[in-house]
Amino acid sequence: MAKMNLLQAINNALITAMTAEEKVMVFGEDVGHFGGVFRATSHLQEKFGKGRCFNTPLTEQGIIGFANGLASQGAYPVAEIQFGDYIFPAFDQIVNETAKWRYRSGGQFDVGGLTIRTPYGGGISGGHYHSQSPEAFFAHCAGLKVVIPRDPYQAKGLLLASIRDKNPVLFLEPKRLYRASIADVPEEDYELPLGKADLVQEGTDITLLGWGAQIEILQKAAEMALDDGVSCEIIDLRSILPWDAEAVINSVMKTGRLLINHEAPLTGGFASEIAATIQEKCFLYLEAPITRVCGLDTPYPLAHETEYMPDETKTYEAIKRSLHY
Amino acid sequence: MEDRNHLGKIKTTNRVEVIGNGLIDIPMLQLLKPDGSEHESAQLPELDKTLALKIHDTMEYIRILDERMVAAQRQGRISFYLASTGEEAAAVASAAALSPNDMIMSQYREQGALAFRGYTTDQFMNQMFSNKADPNKGRQMPIHYGDKALNFMTISSPLGTQIPQASGYAYGQKMAGNEAITICYFGEGAASEGDFHAGVNMAAVLNCPVIFFCRNNGYAISTPSEEQFAGDGIASRGIGYGVKTIRVDGNDPLAVFAATQEARRIALAEMCPVLIEAMTYRLAAHSTSDDPTGYRSRDEEDKWRAKDPIARMANWLTHKGWFDEKQNKAKVDQARQDVLAALKVSETIPICGIEEIVEDVYDSVPWHLQDQLTSLKAHIKQYPKKYPKTSGSVR
Repeated sequence: MAKMNLLQAINNALITAMTAEEKVMVFGEDVGHFGGVFRATSHLQEKFGKGRCFNTPLTEQGIIGFANGLASQGAYPVAEIQFGDYIFPAFDQIVNETAKWRYRSGGQFDVGGLTIRTPYGGGISGGHYHSQSPEAFFAHCAGLKVVIPRDPYQAKGLLLASIRDKNPVLFLEPKRLYRASIADVPEEDYELPLGKADLVQEGTDITLLGWGAQIEILQKAAEMALDDGVSCEIIDLRSILPWDAEAVINSVMKTGRLLINHEAPLTGGFASEIAATIQEKCFLYLEAPITRVCGLDTPYPLAHETEYMPDETKTYEAIKRSLHY
Repeated sequence: MEDRNHLGKIKTTNRVEVIGNGLIDIPMLQLLKPDGSEHESAQLPELDKTLALKIHDTMEYIRILDERMVAAQRQGRISFYLASTGEEAAAVASAAALSPNDMIMSQYREQGALAFRGYTTDQFMNQMFSNKADPNKGRQMPIHYGDKALNFMTISSPLGTQIPQASGYAYGQKMAGNEAITICYFGEGAASEGDFHAGVNMAAVLNCPVIFFCRNNGYAISTPSEEQFAGDGIASRGIGYGVKTIRVDGNDPLAVFAATQEARRIALAEMCPVLIEAMTYRLAAHSTSDDPTGYRSRDEEDKWRAKDPIARMANWLTHKGWFDEKQNKAKVDQARQDVLAALKVSETIPICGIEEIVEDVYDSVPWHLQDQLTSLKAHIKQYPKKYPKTSGSVR
């Protein structure tokens, strides 16, 4: 065990993966000698050489196109998109190519070795273009897996599983936790399961569901609610696609209430999908309407970032409304 | 870093001088005249009789297949087709210069390259009829072929996406130490896509052994190349990206073969990309959904018909004494019969069972797709007449 922040855990996972398998290659803008703008790829080029960790020209569509080809050849590319906000030039390569590669060829070819890493989310005064949470766009895209860790321990285990998974994975990293979240992380190799939620805290009165950086918001709100005698169950979904409906259903059948929190805008956010499924599966168990605490349907603001955020006070108020419905 | 810091190589000037077009003249390699006779000074590639005949016969086979399948589409037997008439030399003669372990990542008009690799008439038909004998499992429109055994990557419709992919594939071949390259085909229209610029630049910077083969056939559906680019074709862009480049007469099979052979040699020896721009003409419509009479003249088409690559190759073979008219006619007749017979068989082969609708989305079927399949099967069972192609196999 070692104390690591989230960036160090990611760096450690990449070193672990590259040591175990020489076909793991890491590339993107500034990831080479410089080690990435957040330093997630520090020292990889020194350790593994320029052939396996390298800078690319500044072209997201090129990075993912290249990564698709490399993965189809049998390698394990770990492509970095510097900010999730800049993933959209690669949208065609991801949606039309990455996600459909295996299906369209009848399983003859695949890009299962591909992992796309990108920082997402706000809370860093980044404005429109350094704060977005694009997970819902990709959740609509059959053939992809979408994974989001909440802390350094989860980050290492989930990233190693993503790199080795036989399907392409979009790995979204909560950038406001990069240095803020510190945890004990095993130095050895380990994986955490994709497509499985994690029970963060047991409770009996309401289920609070989220992922990534919002888990700590849910924990703060749960503490506030505990002062009122409310027992919250907290679930980290961890994978958006495919998502662990069973874990959520079991929890909601027990608590009778569900609150979903995400940073991305409300309309068409992944909470909508979860709410639709849970009302169908748990209709007669629900004591109150499923509630969503999300970002506003605006572009991500700068001066009003604090107001925009689905924070612990908004979450706490939504818990009370659900309890008193 | 120093070798790429090109500032040191730039000369200084004291005059305000804006540079225009035409700094570099990029000639077009031509070895055979349109009538099939050799240019006197031409350095012909080494090409034995067997290979020369295979190039010719494959081109002729593709023309027969194209004609028959356009007719089949007109009869409503398949939904779509896309012919390569007039451009056969570009795909066939370039594929002939490759090794079978080189990866082909094509656009959608390179059926000649696939036939050269040994794709059979049955395989063509099974893909076009989306039946269960097609390893691509009937999941894409006709002509989106793919065959792992022949190193021919399954085609996708979005234009130009295969270009950066080819750079990545070639990088993987290099890292694995394979004696193999990737060839990437695309048209001059697709070269306007961002993926072209991204992919060619990445291959140059990252030293990928890939051949970018542009079929400049004059049209992107109805848009003529004059409305596609203002520069000197696609070749000039290769030079701009620091990529070794050659322009070739795309209707001259020998020139295409020679250029591709040299490009492959360079790509492997120097671990770098090479761009080939083949100047040709799309005598066919863009696809069976297109009608060229709306945007070009018969006169224009006739000028290019006179440069037909198959006739050019046949004439050259005749000069060499390698062409037997009678034998060729027998081959043509046989090919016509084979195509028709295969078509009749393929159209009767059923499509895949309904379970295949959720296979290959992931490496295994996840819970939500399993649930969706279960509901779908129950529904098909309830309304069997509405779903005649699959209801028979749903129990």
